[in-house]
Amino acid sequence: MTVKALPVSEQATSLSPDDLRKMFELMLLARLLDERQWVVNRQGKVPFVVSCQGHEAAQIGSAYALQAGKDWVLPYYRGLGVVLTLGMSPEEVMLGVFARATDPSSGGRQMPAHYSSPALHIITQSSPTGTQVAHAAGVGLAIHIRNSVAGKLVDDAVVWVSFGEGASSQGDVHEAMNLAGIHRLPVLFCCENNSYAISVPQHKQMGVQDVASRAAGYGFPGVVVDGTDPIACYEATTVAVERARNGDGPTLLEFKCERLTPHSSDDNDRSYRSIDELTAMRQHDPLPRYASYLKEEGMLTDADEQMMRARLTQQVDAAAKAAEAAPEPDPATVLRHVFAETND
Amino acid sequence: MEMTFLEAIRAGLDEAMAADERVFIFGEDVGKRGGVFRVTEGLADKYGEARVMDSPLAESIIVGASIGAACYGLRPVAEIQFADFIWPATNQIVSEAARLRYRSNGMWGCPIVIRAPYGGGIHGALYHSQSIEAFFAHVPGLKVVAPSTPYDAKALIKAAIADPDPVLFLEHKKAYRLIKGEVPEEPYDVPIGKADVKREGSDLTIITYGLMVHYALEAAEKLASSAGLQAEVVDLRTIRPLDTATILQSVRKTGKVLILHEDGLTGGIGGEIAALIAEHAFEYLDAPVMRLAGPDIPAMPFASSLEHEYVLSVEDILDKLQAIAAY
Repeated sequence: MTVKALPVSEQATSLSPDDLRKMFELMLLARLLDERQWVVNRQGKVPFVVSCQGHEAAQIGSAYALQAGKDWVLPYYRGLGVVLTLGMSPEEVMLGVFARATDPSSGGRQMPAHYSSPALHIITQSSPTGTQVAHAAGVGLAIHIRNSVAGKLVDDAVVWVSFGEGASSQGDVHEAMNLAGIHRLPVLFCCENNSYAISVPQHKQMGVQDVASRAAGYGFPGVVVDGTDPIACYEATTVAVERARNGDGPTLLEFKCERLTPHSSDDNDRSYRSIDELTAMRQHDPLPRYASYLKEEGMLTDADEQMMRARLTQQVDAAAKAAEAAPEPDPATVLRHVFAETND
Repeated sequence: MEMTFLEAIRAGLDEAMAADERVFIFGEDVGKRGGVFRVTEGLADKYGEARVMDSPLAESIIVGASIGAACYGLRPVAEIQFADFIWPATNQIVSEAARLRYRSNGMWGCPIVIRAPYGGGIHGALYHSQSIEAFFAHVPGLKVVAPSTPYDAKALIKAAIADPDPVLFLEHKKAYRLIKGEVPEEPYDVPIGKADVKREGSDLTIITYGLMVHYALEAAEKLASSAGLQAEVVDLRTIRPLDTATILQSVRKTGKVLILHEDGLTGGIGGEIAALIAEHAFEYLDAPVMRLAGPDIPAMPFASSLEHEYVLSVEDILDKLQAIAAY
């Protein structure tokens, strides 16, 4: 059931030029916001950052097929592009990076990139990999139970969960897919395969070429997608969303992409990847590729891109400035929210 | 009416499911079979298979999926078939369910109940007899409940389901059919976090929970008839959070304490209670705080002679009480 997706130029799309430009804008925003996080880290202002660079096409293309606030989303820690697409603002992201009191994800309790928003149906995540995939199956199970009890379709929301190919080795990922397969749960299992789990390459992680090939073992389709092509990612996700909303069950989507940075600000990828490999990897940067496509199709000019970049840079500047100036959490709050409080 | 411990838990589940459509049961064999102990017997017929759902044989997803369902807004009651099988789900319980509220600064909650039959003395051997409470009582964000009577069990399972936070609900499997008691028809409450004095006494205090409550009561009666001494029996009912007020009140009254549990001695909940007493009631003590607990061996062996040697008896408790009384 493994299918190869088409490259950008051959991929038919229902997206309007406005949507195609909007996806580019989100990709560029994610990149600029991500780069700024590294800057403030190297300035010594924040102790840790983790990146989505190289994953923008996969994340934004895929999340663009979701209904924000209706569908349930469980991104892993590289999910910056996902949460921006759903409507989290650059300032909200930077408040998390600076661990400020008003960080909407955790009030500064978690490391950056552990996104959460009840309003956007983004479920709080932890750092051990793969645990969120079990939760995603549980949300799908809850939707299934609710519809079964009602005897009709009262909620056609889908569940979107992401994880790296390294996390796909976790037992929770297997258990979640198995459960989703049994009850045909409306879950999209999205593997962002950048071929490295920190320093461990894919060939030391698994004995198969494609994570998507495992879907056959769970009784649902697995689709390999060019994760550097946002249109392919959008289209593949749209097919999976329709399947899930129609009660046809889960899909395993595997977005092949590159991790353009080290694993995190504490990692050094030159200690395990050759200079040649790191240089070649840059050819798979989704941003210039998609920009060229839009320009070739007459949907974007150099001047448009420059203006967009200037405008987004201002947004990122303002977000970083506001977040840095925001107050830190009150130390007296450290004991709160272990259990529900009366006003919760 | 009189019910067994098991029937009382089933009655509590039944009432909670009747009252709230969000409540569902998820675990191995809970559906048609009604659970290997039959706690959920008849519930699938009454509420449908979607609400009394057989899970795949995988404990981590039983808890992990329950967490997701709770985030969605349902009220999952997960069943771990034997407490001994809970370990694959430990990461989901400790690192996910118990931390979900804290890590989201109070924006998400995790109202799940994890039911687990625990304890031994039923020829369950190493992997159907374990007491697991001390591991989980260490975890902030998780409540650990272990009732001893049908009356408490019915109300506490309902309280656990209504609780906005994760609750590990421990059911001593030897108590399931052995322990019977009166359970009112009309609604009543037993709050989580509140201990209960099951027998009043002024000479010494036994602090315990679960099946050992019944052994303690029997030993207390024997002590009264043999030595004329009155032991107070404090049934913790909730292991975390501990009801420190009730514990300290009893200790201040009697001045002599035996902490009793089937779970292993070292790192057991008894150590925590002893420390609490030492910190807050030292000047009331007339004897060292004593513990009587399971031996520090990996688990309960299968052979009758070995199992018998492991399990605490009324006589063991009586001996210890007499030693404390004589101090």
